[in-house]
Amino acid sequence: MENSRFLVSSSPHIRSGESTRRIMMDVAIALLPALFSGIWFFGLRALWLTIVAVGFAVVSEIAMQKIMKRPVTVKDFSAVVTGMLIAFNVPATLPLWMVAIGAIFAIVIVKQCFGGVGHNFVNPALAARAMLLASWPVDMTSWVTPGADAVSTATPLGLIKGAEAANQVLPGVWDLFVGNIGGCIGETSALALLIGGLYLIYRKVISYRIPVVYIATVGILALVFSGFNFAYVPYHIFAGGLLLGAIFMATDYSSSPMTAKGQIIFAIGCGFLTSVIRFFGGYPEGVSYSILLMNIATPLIDRFTLPRKFGEVKKSA
Amino acid sequence: MKKLTFKGGTHPPHSKKATEKLALEKANAPKVVVIPMQQHIGAPCDPIVAVGDEVKVGQKIGEAKGFVSVPVHSSVSGKVTAIEPRMYSGGTKVTCVVIESDMQDTIHESVKTKGSLEALSSDDIKNIIKEAGIVGMGGATFPTHVKLAPPPEKNVDTVILNGAECEPYLTADHRLMLENPEDVVYGLQAFMKALNVSKGYIGIEDNKLDAIEIMQKAAEGKAGIEVVALHAKYPQGAEKQLIYACTNREVPSGGLPADARVVVNNVGTAAAVAKAIKTGMPLVERIVTITGQGIKNPKNLLVKIGTNFREVIEQCGGFNGNPQKIIAGGPMMGIAQFHMDIPVIKGTSGILVLSEQEARLPESSSCIRCGKCVEVCPINLMPASLSAHAMLDNFDQAESLHAMDCIECGSCSFVCPAKRPLVESIRLAKREIVAKRKKAQAKQ
Repeated sequence: MENSRFLVSSSPHIRSGESTRRIMMDVAIALLPALFSGIWFFGLRALWLTIVAVGFAVVSEIAMQKIMKRPVTVKDFSAVVTGMLIAFNVPATLPLWMVAIGAIFAIVIVKQCFGGVGHNFVNPALAARAMLLASWPVDMTSWVTPGADAVSTATPLGLIKGAEAANQVLPGVWDLFVGNIGGCIGETSALALLIGGLYLIYRKVISYRIPVVYIATVGILALVFSGFNFAYVPYHIFAGGLLLGAIFMATDYSSSPMTAKGQIIFAIGCGFLTSVIRFFGGYPEGVSYSILLMNIATPLIDRFTLPRKFGEVKKSA
Repeated sequence: MKKLTFKGGTHPPHSKKATEKLALEKANAPKVVVIPMQQHIGAPCDPIVAVGDEVKVGQKIGEAKGFVSVPVHSSVSGKVTAIEPRMYSGGTKVTCVVIESDMQDTIHESVKTKGSLEALSSDDIKNIIKEAGIVGMGGATFPTHVKLAPPPEKNVDTVILNGAECEPYLTADHRLMLENPEDVVYGLQAFMKALNVSKGYIGIEDNKLDAIEIMQKAAEGKAGIEVVALHAKYPQGAEKQLIYACTNREVPSGGLPADARVVVNNVGTAAAVAKAIKTGMPLVERIVTITGQGIKNPKNLLVKIGTNFREVIEQCGGFNGNPQKIIAGGPMMGIAQFHMDIPVIKGTSGILVLSEQEARLPESSSCIRCGKCVEVCPINLMPASLSAHAMLDNFDQAESLHAMDCIECGSCSFVCPAKRPLVESIRLAKREIVAKRKKAQAKQ
């Protein structure tokens, strides 16, 4: 009983075991199935691109925080997640130095210049993808067929839109689902992405709201815009970046709304823009741009979707 | 049996295993008691004894000033040795009457039964409760008789007894319900009679199934009384959440339970009322759960008001290791104490001693906008945004985001993965807003 002075602080005096690091590690874990499928379908090049992207993301975060004389927070794993997502958003044939530039851009410009984790106003990985696409459009859209004898191909969405060489056949729905199709490293296997998504929902890292509403909106609009051609629906859902975007990018905490209502509005907006771009825009794919646009709308959505506070009722309730 | 609850909330570990099975014990009689003249919300009491006076158990030693105030009584018989400001668990100094016990526990002449409940009128009951110095014993210490006198236009039709005990660690109410269910029911009947209502609930979290069963048995055949099982979720015992769970009514923002036609009292308060009516003994002792990793032998003790924390802790085998934090109350809303030389008061539901590891304050990092605080807030506020404004001294913005509706339950800070001081900063904002409102009023 010798201790006569005790620690004083404001309540609560206990905290849950959750941490930013744990959450980011969960996201990284959830991305692993997609990484494995990327390596399976596109070879070790997919792994190299991922390692380079993660490495440059981590190093540029450390460097930038040192330069800005801020505490180095690289241990929170968020830079690792950003690096993985950048690699997942490029074709397997992209030169390594390009993905490195993407990683530096995402961390230095989009994340650290705006205040670091939690303060980026758009998804850093998607911003990097948009930057790469604008800078090296040919390299960013050189798709190859999965497998060892990779030959150049078009993405299923490109094919369905008829924008690219029409002498190729559309892959079947099963190939679409497991990922045996052309596309970016991380977006090819719907199955792997869904496993990751279920893990995140199970771990309560994300809520089902954004992915489910986003995907449903795209599915419904694919039906409507195609004149009720049901064949379009699986292609619009499983091909392209929708699942990767809906599960891992649109759910980015800092650039999506915090309220339940806001998240639903955000997801519908993403789905609508994606479908409009795919059907009526110049690009075969619209996930990145629609999420980026909705990212910018997030502060507004949050402001207008303040939840009804408890007790906001008429006196006679 | 339907299980009732509210929206939001969180699940801190219950941590009640150490004491939930331990029967109540009477604490050793203290040699000296230090009795603060303010143990309630409202005006402090004036001491009505002088240094050198002999006092007896149950004798009034502090007279209430004003309506929102209750008298204070001696918990021992003996001699007043000092009347001076001393530290108490509120964190400030208040006038205290120090009494040296003669260890005889001679009971004061004024302590005698008030007769049967049937013979008492509503006003009699309110008066007995006031004179017995009874306050909300869940920790809020609001004078009970004030709650029993709502404006008639509120049409109060329901009394709820709070047996949720949603604070982790604490088992005082749990043990009371197991060991003295009759007094709890009797107290509820007294409240119902005082308010002239016919509906009474006893709400208990479903992590105390044994208490639910025993209370149901005790309430059997008592007209209008229903024991309800509540989903064990923090803050189920918060007044507004409890009312919503039991009656599906929302207390309007800025309003009181009476605005939802309900009066809520703690089960401990009900038992104190039963005692005051049956034996005439005012509120001079209470059940305290002494627990935490930093305590050798955790216990539920019946402690005389004014007993030193140090003495109570010693009876529980003293410290285990080198604890770093002592909390009056539970871990979610209790108040951390500088030292042990403070008295147990009417609102001391627990003495929680945290080990070095438990007491360590996590370092906070940037908000990642995960929205978990929004999800758990039982009032549907946006704690992250509120806190961001509060930390930049933007108190007007915090006010427009309904800072004043915050019930300070701490769920947001508990779940925050970035360990941000959410409720702590909102609490600060509330103080500033209240100060500003007062200033504005003074100007008019």
